[in-house]
Amino acid sequence: MSEPEALLDVTDLDVFYGDFQALFGVSMAVAQGGATALVGANGAGKTTLLRTIAGAQAPTSGMVRYAGSDVTAAPPHQRISRGIALVPEGRKLFGSLTVEENIQVGAAAAASDAWPLERIYATFPMIARRRRQRASTLSGGEQQAVAIARALAAAPSLLLLDEISLGLAPLVVGELYETLSALRAAGATLVVVEQDLRRAMDACDDLVCLLEGRVALAAPVASVSRDEVIAAYFGEGSP
Amino acid sequence: MRREEAIGSRDAEPSVTPVAVSRWSRTASAFTGACVVAVAIGVAVPYVIGGPAEQPLITLLTFIAVATLWNLLAGFSGLTSFGQQAYIGVGAYALYLVAEHGINPFGGIIAAAAVAAVVALPVSALVLRLTGGYFAVATLVVAATFQIIATLSPSVGGTTGVAVPGLAGYSDVLREALTYWATLVVAVSSVAGVYLLVRRTFGLDARAVGSDPVGAAASGVRVGRIRLLAYLVAAGGAGAVGALIALQTLYVEPTSAFSIQYSVDMLFMVLIGGMATIEGPIVGALVLFALQETLSAYGAWYLVIVGGLAVVTTLVAPRGLWGLASERFGWSLLPVGYLVRQPRTGTGRRGHDRE
Amino acid sequence: MTWVNAVIQGLLLGGLYALIACGLSLTFGVMRIVNLAHGDLAVCGAYLGLVLSSAAGVPVWYTLPLLLPAAFAAGVGLEVLLFGRALRHGVLAPVLVTFGLSVMIENLLQVAATADPRGLNGGALALGSFHLGSITVSWLFLTTFLTACVVLAGLQLALSRTSWGRKVRATSDDLDTARLVGIKVRPVFASVAGIAIGTAALAGVFIGTIGTFDPLTGTNILIFAFEAVVIGGIGSLWGTLAGGVIMGVTQVVVGEINQAYAVLAVNLVFLAVLTVRPGGLFTSHQTAGEIRGAGIGGALG
Repeated sequence: MSEPEALLDVTDLDVFYGDFQALFGVSMAVAQGGATALVGANGAGKTTLLRTIAGAQAPTSGMVRYAGSDVTAAPPHQRISRGIALVPEGRKLFGSLTVEENIQVGAAAAASDAWPLERIYATFPMIARRRRQRASTLSGGEQQAVAIARALAAAPSLLLLDEISLGLAPLVVGELYETLSALRAAGATLVVVEQDLRRAMDACDDLVCLLEGRVALAAPVASVSRDEVIAAYFGEGSP
Repeated sequence: MRREEAIGSRDAEPSVTPVAVSRWSRTASAFTGACVVAVAIGVAVPYVIGGPAEQPLITLLTFIAVATLWNLLAGFSGLTSFGQQAYIGVGAYALYLVAEHGINPFGGIIAAAAVAAVVALPVSALVLRLTGGYFAVATLVVAATFQIIATLSPSVGGTTGVAVPGLAGYSDVLREALTYWATLVVAVSSVAGVYLLVRRTFGLDARAVGSDPVGAAASGVRVGRIRLLAYLVAAGGAGAVGALIALQTLYVEPTSAFSIQYSVDMLFMVLIGGMATIEGPIVGALVLFALQETLSAYGAWYLVIVGGLAVVTTLVAPRGLWGLASERFGWSLLPVGYLVRQPRTGTGRRGHDRE
Repeated sequence: MTWVNAVIQGLLLGGLYALIACGLSLTFGVMRIVNLAHGDLAVCGAYLGLVLSSAAGVPVWYTLPLLLPAAFAAGVGLEVLLFGRALRHGVLAPVLVTFGLSVMIENLLQVAATADPRGLNGGALALGSFHLGSITVSWLFLTTFLTACVVLAGLQLALSRTSWGRKVRATSDDLDTARLVGIKVRPVFASVAGIAIGTAALAGVFIGTIGTFDPLTGTNILIFAFEAVVIGGIGSLWGTLAGGVIMGVTQVVVGEINQAYAVLAVNLVFLAVLTVRPGGLFTSHQTAGEIRGAGIGGALG
């Protein structure tokens, strides 16, 4: 059985913040069109991993391969033009820019024209009305939508999302995840960091659980139970 | 805890070996002893050698004093002031006024320091609202303002300046010797004072404030208090130095009293020597002294070199000469941090007090 | 009616201060660097103007097409060689580096050009004036003011309407995220530094035409630029104009009473604003205490 080459292939990543090691030999692979949930307790290294994949953090050792090429040393703008985009933890919108300007800025290094403004507004009608408003004046849910829209403007093939449900009402989170399904249907590959295990397992095919910088569990969602995931999450029992 | 028990794949931790944490070392004792001896020799200089040795030593000691004080501000507390000359000038003029009123000029040094600290109090209420580059320029503005006020004050001679009275009774030799001893006292007090201050909690707090004021405040450090204390101490010290300079030049006028050159020198010495160490400014003072003696004949080029070295040092060797040496060789003559000794290896390794 | 005259003159002078200050405001707003060599770079512009206009025998205005691009290039060079590297060494490093740079420039100028005060050849523009009723307006002052307005308006437009401007504002808001979304930050910084030094050099040319300059003038220019930025409010270009105007008016009006007190009065106004409203007079949010977070984008649009 031949396996298609994974769209994203992370091998043996070691990441340090000064003297502090955040990731220890982390490896993971995501297939084209797949969706992987990245879970783990606070401080487990999920954000670090996503940032390293996006290029905002340089690993001390290890490799990041994307669409067949080694991008480990590539700066963020190069990765974006190849098709990786990150929706950062805490949204991190540009407060003094309008909604529309935030999205336009996201297209700075865009991979292609696949996501012009009209298409983005069609996907997120809730923010279309507020396009000329300063991003800092929007509600949490709207800001999260803008953050995702900003990443979409780069026309990514691989979309990384870091804790998009943080601080949002369940209804709003539900809407966001519906949008994610639509994106998947349109061919996007997703890596989703999510605290809500149920949502993560519902929305994704594969699951990777990090514990204190190491991979504690990596398996298709269908083949693990919630209890097994929780055990890996807290580090109980043997792998 | 449950979690630790359950992580079967982890090796059991070995029993904890006791470590010794000390704040002093034999090297430090030896060095302090050597310093005491040096100071004793210093006191004897006017008797033994006299005139020719005093002048350069006065210059060197003044450098050591101002560098140490500036380091307290910028190296330890993160306050990059380029306006210390404001207080040097205040000290000089204060000395003049004190002497005018018949008080012994040498006693006036203390008065000058006090006046400078008092003046610094309301100023601090303004400038300490700022940080970083904005603080730096604000201090420049304050110094410039003081200079203007001096030029507009006929009672202290305006633009022309005034001669310092009250020293006619002293012979030249005696006056020089007294000035020298006074400078020695100021220099030793500055270094000792800053050292003792920094070794206390103040030192740790100050460095926390210097590197991350928000984090420091969140940890309960009284950020405002720390910065104020550093600022006032530095101002008082600068005032004393200003008085000393007035005693030497016997004349006080605005342009030289408030000259920005003082700040250039302070910056250079602390950068080259090493910020946030006690030894650094002393090393820097020696370097500047050597440079000045050899290069001052070249006028403006000397300053180009000084400025250039400051730039290069910041970019290439931000920890300065002493910082490099202490990292390379583990030297610590006047430790301010915590030394952690591991009994196994028998050697001390500097704990996390580097900045 | 000398008071009205004084106010008008002060207003026009304020334009000059705003022109000097806008570069400083930009570098701080976008790169969080207070360029302590800013004033000295303005003086370099004046000296360069002197060299070029003397060599060609023309009023200094004709040298601008050469001078401004050179200044822009110098700004880019400084960013690449110094500022960018300084930022990597922590918050204090740029302050120390730019101060060292200032010392170098002042003394290099002293070596190259001696300490003699110089003036620039302003041609016919520098000599003429016209009358509005009882007020005399010099063409030079008016041109300075209008140039400042044009430069500020141009910058404002570029920042709010262009793709470049969006990138600059985004970088100023959040450097880390700007990098993350694919903005190339080095070119942004380089272009901003180039503009900042360019405007500084232009201001230097005006200063040299209006008055005299020497190698040490830079420090005073820095102080005035800084005061204009703080009075007006960090991050606000129009605030900088307002700050400059307040300073200019103060200076001229007090100068009418007693020339010796003019500069002191300006410094005191600055200190007063710092006491009462450290965030500046024209920002909507009060940044009491630390002046750190506000970027250029905060006060635009």
